[in-house]
Amino acid sequence: MNSEIMEPQAGFAAWLPGVRQALPIVMGYLPVGAAFGVLAHKTGLSAAETALMSLLVYAGSAQLIAVAMFAAGMPPVSIVVTTFVVNLRHLLMTASLAPGLKGWSRCQLGLFAYQVTDETFAVHSSRFARGETGRAVGFAINVTAHAAWVLASWLGHLAGAAIPDVRPLGLDYALPAMFIALLTMQVRNGLHVLVAGFSGLAAMVLIQAGADRFSVIVATIAGATFGAGVESWMKRQSS
Amino acid sequence: MDETAVFLTIVGMTLVTYGPRVAPVLLLASRSLPGPVVRWLSYVPTAVLSAMLFPALLLPDGGFALGLDNLFLWAALPAFLLAWKTRSFFGTVALGMGLVAAGRWFFG
Repeated sequence: MNSEIMEPQAGFAAWLPGVRQALPIVMGYLPVGAAFGVLAHKTGLSAAETALMSLLVYAGSAQLIAVAMFAAGMPPVSIVVTTFVVNLRHLLMTASLAPGLKGWSRCQLGLFAYQVTDETFAVHSSRFARGETGRAVGFAINVTAHAAWVLASWLGHLAGAAIPDVRPLGLDYALPAMFIALLTMQVRNGLHVLVAGFSGLAAMVLIQAGADRFSVIVATIAGATFGAGVESWMKRQSS
Repeated sequence: MDETAVFLTIVGMTLVTYGPRVAPVLLLASRSLPGPVVRWLSYVPTAVLSAMLFPALLLPDGGFALGLDNLFLWAALPAFLLAWKTRSFFGTVALGMGLVAAGRWFFG
């Protein structure tokens, strides 16, 4: 009883707010997951393989790249190496969530980290910034989003035979549009706008220089360093 | 396609994706990080989302595309405005996809 008073949104009571907070991600995952499923179908992956990849790997952009590499007949080793490099960015995401995960057991941390994606990360980092670190709600958000991703991939695979091309439906814009919404909600002041511009520019320069696989992680490190540097410079100016 | 190769690829992708996700929380969540590190980490969300988004809008096929035919870029402007004004996640995604689909229908 005591624990219920301490943590009102524990157990099943956390599901409703968790699912509600995950709904925006679900709305984004349905078209992106479906686009992945359609492409996986065209590549010749089975419905089971498509759903299994979404269940185990659970990383949208890497899955889309992997399907394209399968289609191009690339060897498994290079697909795995590419996935590693493309997904290294999660290192910085879970590191930035770590201060909000104090007191969690290793088992809880291990489960939680499994379902940190670009999108769930953005939602959690907004929650943590508001001081909302409830564990049960966090897991409810993660499980809801993950279930939507697996379901959408599977449905996309089923529809694959009937959909010759995802472009007329604008499905290939679901991911950029989702990032537009996520980024806008992260930006809290002018310095965030500067960091966004700096990091975006750095990523584009890196891609132009041929370092496209490392562009996200290097540009993120550069952008965060720029933001933290300007912040401490402004503090010194005002003091 | 060889099913064993596909399965092993999926397992390999799972391991190399989970490692970078889990290592930082296992190492960092139990200790108090120094102030400057926490400040630095607070800029990661904005930086990482921008590093993924801007190239998708401005370099859709690997090279700079600032022309009127770059639907990804022009659809982003009303989408940003809607996201900023309404904070609506679903509305932003729906508007963006709708504009790109409509643009391809009318001009494609």
